[in-house]
Amino acid sequence: MAGILVFIEQRNGNLRKASLEALSEAKRLASGAGLAVNAVLVGHGIGTKAAELGKYGAGKVFVADEEKLARYSTEGYAAAVRAAVEKSSPVALFMAATALGRDLSGRVAARLGWGCLADVVRVQVEGGAVVATRPVYSGKALATADGAGKPVVVTLRPNVFPAGIGEGKAEVEALPQVAGDIRAVVREILAKEGGELDVAEADVIVSGGRGIKGPENFALIRDLAKLLGAAVGASRAVVDAGWIDHAHQVGQTGKVVSPSLYIACGISGAIQHLAGMSSSKLIVAINKDPEAPIFKVADYGIVGDLFQVVPPLIEEIKKLKAEV
Amino acid sequence: MKSCVLMAHVPDTASVIKVPGASNRIDETDIKWIVSPYDEYALEEAIRLKEARGGAVTVLTYGPERAQQGLRECLARGADAAVHVKGGDGTFGDALAIARVLAAAIRKVGPFDIFFAGIKGVGSDNSLVGAMVAELLDIPHVTGVVKLEIGDGKLTAHREIEGGTEVVEAPAPCVVTAHKGLNEPRYPSLKGIMASKKVTIQTFAVADLGLDEGALAAAEATCRWKALELPPAKSGGTVLKGDEDPAGAARELARLLREQAKAI
Ligand SMILES: Cc1cc2nc3c(=O)[nH]c(=O)nc-3n(C[C@H](O)[C@H](O)[C@H](O)COP(=O)(O)OP(=O)(O)OC[C@H]3O[C@@H](n4cnc5c(N)ncnc54)[C@H](O)[C@@H]3O)c2cc1C
Ligand SMILES: Nc1ncnc2c1ncn2[C@@H]1O[C@H](COP(=O)(O)O)[C@@H](O)[C@H]1O
Repeated sequence: MAGILVFIEQRNGNLRKASLEALSEAKRLASGAGLAVNAVLVGHGIGTKAAELGKYGAGKVFVADEEKLARYSTEGYAAAVRAAVEKSSPVALFMAATALGRDLSGRVAARLGWGCLADVVRVQVEGGAVVATRPVYSGKALATADGAGKPVVVTLRPNVFPAGIGEGKAEVEALPQVAGDIRAVVREILAKEGGELDVAEADVIVSGGRGIKGPENFALIRDLAKLLGAAVGASRAVVDAGWIDHAHQVGQTGKVVSPSLYIACGISGAIQHLAGMSSSKLIVAINKDPEAPIFKVADYGIVGDLFQVVPPLIEEIKKLKAEV
Repeated sequence: MKSCVLMAHVPDTASVIKVPGASNRIDETDIKWIVSPYDEYALEEAIRLKEARGGAVTVLTYGPERAQQGLRECLARGADAAVHVKGGDGTFGDALAIARVLAAAIRKVGPFDIFFAGIKGVGSDNSLVGAMVAELLDIPHVTGVVKLEIGDGKLTAHREIEGGTEVVEAPAPCVVTAHKGLNEPRYPSLKGIMASKKVTIQTFAVADLGLDEGALAAAEATCRWKALELPPAKSGGTVLKGDEDPAGAARELARLLREQAKAI
């Protein structure tokens, strides 16, 4: 049953969007190449979610449902995923390149003796093998790679592949108890205060850089973000200055994001910042320096003082939103 | 505690990347090579651990001749010993091949109580080698660590996930991959630079570790770069002047975003 196996991530029983994107992409590839698409879902008390995956293209869903798997652990999840791989002998194992996916993928790949193509932005099937394109050198180049003749683990960058919903009900197969020794255990999950949207998951991001002058002016960035349902991003300069938490940092030593809209306010566009956001679908820059490198990657820009541009921009967007 | 830091020697993050036509490798002519930024956090954490609890820090790299410079820099910052496995040209980009070499080297020069790596090697941008080494050594790992406490035979690590932090407990030995925020790396001191010059770097060929680099790069390879290209150049965007009439420019931008880009 050669095909693509997709690991589906859930949090508190909710299927993660990035996983559904990976599953939809697997389905799209498989339809063209005559491959099967199966999924593996791991957790506790998550069984009812499995059949739903048929809508995204899964033929069969392997479910590992054990109390020991209620919280994520690399080792418990790796054992479950391996069991599903053994049952379905896929040519590729897909997962989303989320924090969890990036933690799990290397472990699983090494356990299977397979390579891993990480954080890919394009996937194809050529002669029955998966070939993927991924940004390297911080997005300054694109490498197209494969598993060198073996099956391969592929992690797909969130927000790049569309999740397509259709009809269909998946067949569900329970995996036998898999969790062996789990040495590294999650004791606690500390939620970020205020339940702010994370830049890694957001479809729209409004970022502030040194041009906002001081931490108090993140209020302006937040106002625009709130209006757009966006997450708040930041350059390293302002994170290092202590204006905002590192979790907001976008770039080489922060998060790599691909939202459909990225608005950079008072950010110069240093190469290390671009590394984190240049694959955004639409980039807007507001900067008073016409020579700022951010304008080289921007689709739309305003050369001007952000303190004079952002407040009217908020008002204009409010007006446009009121029109519908 | 004896700790081992895995160090990748990578192109400076500000490097201009050029790809010679029909090649799957970059043009290395004008590249400046540095210790991968996340590995600086890894090294700093190991040094702090040594300062607090005693022990020693060994830095390990698998790479060509030039990687020695990176090891020297780590010694100057406070590492005690350095191990260089020479090679890596053919296995470049294949994280599992690299991990196999590193695990073999660790078996040779270990044991260690804890391992530190970067969450991601800048350049490969893989985020794989740390977890792979842990699997090959059959020890646990924690990735993306922003806070670490070490107790007796076990550690507690905070790892960043979307929208929060996971607090993970693991027994030692364990591989910890460092994220920005774990610490503030120090610069090498003059004293450190002088002392580092006296350290002999232990070097191995891959064959000394009982592995065949030719096979790792061919029959046993698990990842192959078939092509490398520069991303398509972006054509100039629409830039509005907002110095005289900022409100007007804002209005025009909002209109373009709605009508042309359909983004809001
Ligand atoms: C190893 C390494 C890793 C790095 N990783 C990252 C990373 O992950 N993310 C990251 O962002 N950076 C990273 N950097 C840092 C990067 O090189 C830059 O220093 C940083 O991105 C600059 O932040 P900035 O754009 O906010 O500040 P600046 O470069 O100081 O730019 C501020 C901008 O604001 C504009 N401005 C000022 N006032 C106004 C105003 N009133 N209205 C409008 N515009 C105004 C200015 O014209 C300027 O362009 C890294 C650097 C290194 C060496
Ligand atoms: N050739 C290497 N030698 C030593 N350590 C490495 C090497 N490649 C990667 N690493 C380590 O693994 C981490 C992750 O690298 P990567 O999987 O390439 O993103 C790096 O930050 C290093 O700590």
